[in-house]
Amino acid sequence: MSLIRAMTLAQVTVPFAPEQASTFAPEVDALYAYLWALTILVSGAVTALIIFFAIKYRRRQAGELPRPRAGSMVLELTWTIIPLLISMTIFVWGVSIFFRMYRAPREAMEVFVVGKQWMWKFQHQTGQREINELHVPVGARVRLTMTTEDVIHSFYVPAFRVKMDVVPGRYTQTWFEATKAGRYYMFCAEYCGTNHSGMGGYVEVMEPAAYQQWLAGGTGSESASAQGRKLFQDRGCASCHQVDPGGQQGRGPTLYNLFGKQQAIQGDGTVTVDETYVRESILNPQAKLAAGFQPIMPTYQGQLSEEQVLQLIAYIRSLAPQQQNAPAGGGGGQRGGPGEGGGAVTTTGQSPDVQRSNPIGPTQPRPSQGGGSPGSTGPGGARAPAGTNPQPPGNP
Amino acid sequence: MSNQLTTEARGQEWRSRFPTVNYLNADYGIKSWLLTKDHKRIALLYLLSVTFFFALGGAYAAAIRLELLTPQGDLMQSHTYNKVFTHHGIMMVFFFMIPAIPAVLGNFLVPLMIGAKDLAFPRINLLSWYVYMVGAALTFAALLAGGVDTGWTFYVPYSTSYSNTFVILAGLGIFINGFSSILTGLNFIVTVHTMRAPGMTWFRLPLFIWSNYATSLIMILGTPVIAITVLLLALERLAHIGIFDPRLGGDPVLFQHMFWFYSHPAVYIMILPSMGVVSELIATHTRKPIFGYSFVAFSSLAIAVFGFLVWGHHLFTSSQSVYAGMIFSIISYIVAVPSAVKVFNWTATMYKGSLSYDTPMLYAYAFVGLFLIGGMTGLFLAALGLDIHVHDTYFVVAHFHYVMVGGTVMGYLGGLHNWWPKMTGRMYPEGWARFAALVIFVGFNLTFFPQFLLGYMGMPRRYHAYPVDEPLWQVLHVASSGGASILAIGMLIPGIYFIWSMRYGRFAPANPWPATGLEWRTPSPPPTENFITTPVVTWEAYEFRPIEEMKVVGPGEPDQPVGGQHPINRGAEPETRE
Amino acid sequence: MATHADAVEAHGHGHESAHSALAHHFDNLEQQREAGALGMWVFIAQEVMFFGGLFLAYLIYRMKYPTAFMAASNHLDWKIGTFNTAVLITSSLTMALAVWATQVGRSRKVQVGFMAATVLLGLVFLGVKAYEYNDKYVHGLIPVAGLFNPEPKLVQEWTEAGVTVQNVQMFYWLYFAMTGLHALHMIIGVGIIAPIMWFAWRGRYSPEYHAPVENFGLYWHFVDIIWIFLFPLLYLLGVHFGKGH
Repeated sequence: MSLIRAMTLAQVTVPFAPEQASTFAPEVDALYAYLWALTILVSGAVTALIIFFAIKYRRRQAGELPRPRAGSMVLELTWTIIPLLISMTIFVWGVSIFFRMYRAPREAMEVFVVGKQWMWKFQHQTGQREINELHVPVGARVRLTMTTEDVIHSFYVPAFRVKMDVVPGRYTQTWFEATKAGRYYMFCAEYCGTNHSGMGGYVEVMEPAAYQQWLAGGTGSESASAQGRKLFQDRGCASCHQVDPGGQQGRGPTLYNLFGKQQAIQGDGTVTVDETYVRESILNPQAKLAAGFQPIMPTYQGQLSEEQVLQLIAYIRSLAPQQQNAPAGGGGGQRGGPGEGGGAVTTTGQSPDVQRSNPIGPTQPRPSQGGGSPGSTGPGGARAPAGTNPQPPGNP
Repeated sequence: MSNQLTTEARGQEWRSRFPTVNYLNADYGIKSWLLTKDHKRIALLYLLSVTFFFALGGAYAAAIRLELLTPQGDLMQSHTYNKVFTHHGIMMVFFFMIPAIPAVLGNFLVPLMIGAKDLAFPRINLLSWYVYMVGAALTFAALLAGGVDTGWTFYVPYSTSYSNTFVILAGLGIFINGFSSILTGLNFIVTVHTMRAPGMTWFRLPLFIWSNYATSLIMILGTPVIAITVLLLALERLAHIGIFDPRLGGDPVLFQHMFWFYSHPAVYIMILPSMGVVSELIATHTRKPIFGYSFVAFSSLAIAVFGFLVWGHHLFTSSQSVYAGMIFSIISYIVAVPSAVKVFNWTATMYKGSLSYDTPMLYAYAFVGLFLIGGMTGLFLAALGLDIHVHDTYFVVAHFHYVMVGGTVMGYLGGLHNWWPKMTGRMYPEGWARFAALVIFVGFNLTFFPQFLLGYMGMPRRYHAYPVDEPLWQVLHVASSGGASILAIGMLIPGIYFIWSMRYGRFAPANPWPATGLEWRTPSPPPTENFITTPVVTWEAYEFRPIEEMKVVGPGEPDQPVGGQHPINRGAEPETRE
Repeated sequence: MATHADAVEAHGHGHESAHSALAHHFDNLEQQREAGALGMWVFIAQEVMFFGGLFLAYLIYRMKYPTAFMAASNHLDWKIGTFNTAVLITSSLTMALAVWATQVGRSRKVQVGFMAATVLLGLVFLGVKAYEYNDKYVHGLIPVAGLFNPEPKLVQEWTEAGVTVQNVQMFYWLYFAMTGLHALHMIIGVGIIAPIMWFAWRGRYSPEYHAPVENFGLYWHFVDIIWIFLFPLLYLLGVHFGKGH
């Protein structure tokens, strides 16, 4: 096992590979190199044998009749067991990398990601929003909490060797730690419709100082949780949900220090209050009703964008004794989050935030600024997909 | 030389050489074909249909490669491109790969190889072709009406709520087509169980039968699941009930599970029969019994069984739980082992054999080499941490084309050459055939090897355009497109000479190679009921004997040897009749 | 190769006593019967997988929304369901008797009588099913957008139970898909037995040849068994649900 660990950490660079710009990249490349070595060894050996046999034992006379050989148990077992053992080394190696990729560390800089036909929207906890461009510092662990407004997408940064599907109706997570400053491609890897190949951009990895400067450039941006707090007040959540420690229980559960805890639900069982549960409780409140409360909360389906839901989650998460996840908000003043379904998410006075970029040529024009509704797809003239706005549930 | 004979003389020779009526001349007229219950004629109907869809799918592939010559999406619009790769996938997977070997070679050979007069249910066999044609017609209508742009995988919610193309029509075609393969699988299973000739025990069966039997199991147990899945998809799209829609409480990933529960085993529907063909080719053209017969036979069944347990390796990045990922990963490695066992056994069979360079054997050599690469790169994709990077990139595209084209198509072409004399009574031109095999091999590798590199560099699949400032990407894409043109030419050559040979090819003796199977102990082409009398098997599988001892079954001409005196020099002189 | 020739000769005798129902490509009726029976079993395996997809979907959403499924199931009438189950099981009995009658060579009246009873019971089942479907339509429980319009009372009841309407709709959608597919199999079954009855009336089936009856029997029992699974999954889920209210 320690051998595998040693191999995992080996610094290997392979040809025909993207830059190694994250901590995962050298590990994945090492496994890749190991697998190519195996492939070349095995298929090279077998191919060489076949060519050798084809020449050495070529048919010399029309009627020749070689001596039959039925088989050999020893050989069969050998070439059953050895490949099995070799493949187990690959399995263990692959899993060891996967475990680290899968378990996003808690203490990480979090970025909310919302996929939408055909753009990536990001929001930093400090409030900056970006489209198709993501700025991160070198050497920091970045955790992405992702969902989508419409179809399945997949967030893919080849230089980081990181990919994760973005699935409607749930949150997925992935993380990386960039190791090298630079500008790296970001793609959508899961086919998502007409402009699938245009749904990309760049991850801009910056030296910490430059990153701080970039952050400062976004003057007056509120933190995600502060935006969440505004929403919480504007949408009337506060009339039922207490948010202060020791406050009187309202008509809905008190949200202070609730995130991450177990919550008993009506019927049987408990549920962990995580991002997915909070999201479900906002959009489909009766699905897992907290025990002891009446089912009176209205649904917010169709009234909050995925980004707004994420801001609310950031706020609810910040309602905890130690404020680790919520950097102090910028104090407000800015009006409003993004409009429902709005494409170009602009907040006044944030120069670096809204940049549209696309590594894939000019022939795939993005929807024009502000016209980010998925219906307008550029010069292709393709009609807006029929189901761009899926029907609301067919019940009153 | 028969080429120089006039038409009349050739006709006379035909009649003199085939005094008995064979399945081709037993009856004439379009009705005798469209209403035939003869498995051999149905095989030819299938051959025509799958060739049409192969050509159509190939044309779409050409359009894809042409578009990707340049990084800009300049040849067609994104919307069109998406339809093109979707049509390519649907045509190739559902209407070519899945029926190709079972429905053409399997239909023709299963009864012949086990010594039966026909499949157990000839009418169901004909029905399966009609079902296939109806399904194909509906899907084809969807393409003509404007096409489908969901990818052949039909992932929800794109296919149910967002795509505005003809998803339901295409899905209905695939749904109906599924019953065609269910009927074929049912027929094969029953036929192998109940129709074997006296003396044809399970372990005397040719390996082609074993692999088709395993394939049939998958067809029976897997295809209904895709049928119901596509049905649910269509209903969801029609009525929007929410079974896959998270807004209504459904789960889009459930669709992926149900889809791949069939579609991964479907990969084995495509490759297993090809492995069976290659076992036949290698035995015949090395004149040795397959090394480790029972291991090769059981590895087919092992692949069929384990193949049902690995679908989740298509979902490593789909937010599946980490433990589910681990289980699917480890089973994927286990299912790789029986494939490796086959490869080693084939190689061992060649040791001290009498290896020919006949065209079928060339395809068998190519199959083993290419399938090895295809299979080994599958190990990359089953490695969890690595798959995260290469999933949904050109690496995957290259991998499955190595398995599907390098494996299935090579096996199919090899099999077609090997049994062409039996099917048509004529030889194909050997020189041209060897040349075409070489062209295909070179073109194939040039097309698909660069795609491994592209994939690892990060090129996602189903991309209409790619970054302009990556010159290396374009170099590799151009190489791939260049290879594709060579491959296309290579594929055209057999199309031409096969048609040519039906009229001008040399007459084939009953057993041109010569091989040991029962299908070679009946005249070429066989009579309608396959054998002059029911054969009785007293020999083991692949028991090669001196040519004089391998005779056509039947009391009529007891001493008729099945091959010419110089089997390699097949057909150069008229078949020897003593 | 004298042994070959002898064996071929010996085998050839099978053709001499050819039954009129023997297809050209089979050696004898026994082989034909085996092929038919195996074919039906393989077909049933295929059907199991076909329904399996729906059962899987049911299972997943049943586990995801247990209360909603119970609440929805509460509106299916378990008494009617039980009656229909009894009808179907009885039809299986009459079908088994029809097979027995052909196997032992009872008169064609007995054969056809049992088959007619089977058809009749099948039609009763379908009629009751149609009544149930209509009842769902009247109550606005057809789970298709536009037709799904449950009474406010029901919605009120669900809401109190902490159940969302859309999950109830999901249950009904599965209910209609599963029972609908099952009913389709029943209708096909009735369509298949009709010509078999006609042949039976013509006296075609005998102790030597009765494979079609046997195979149809297998099919009919299979369709029954599907119902035996559907009934508790769909009808009995919510029987205890309503007691609290």
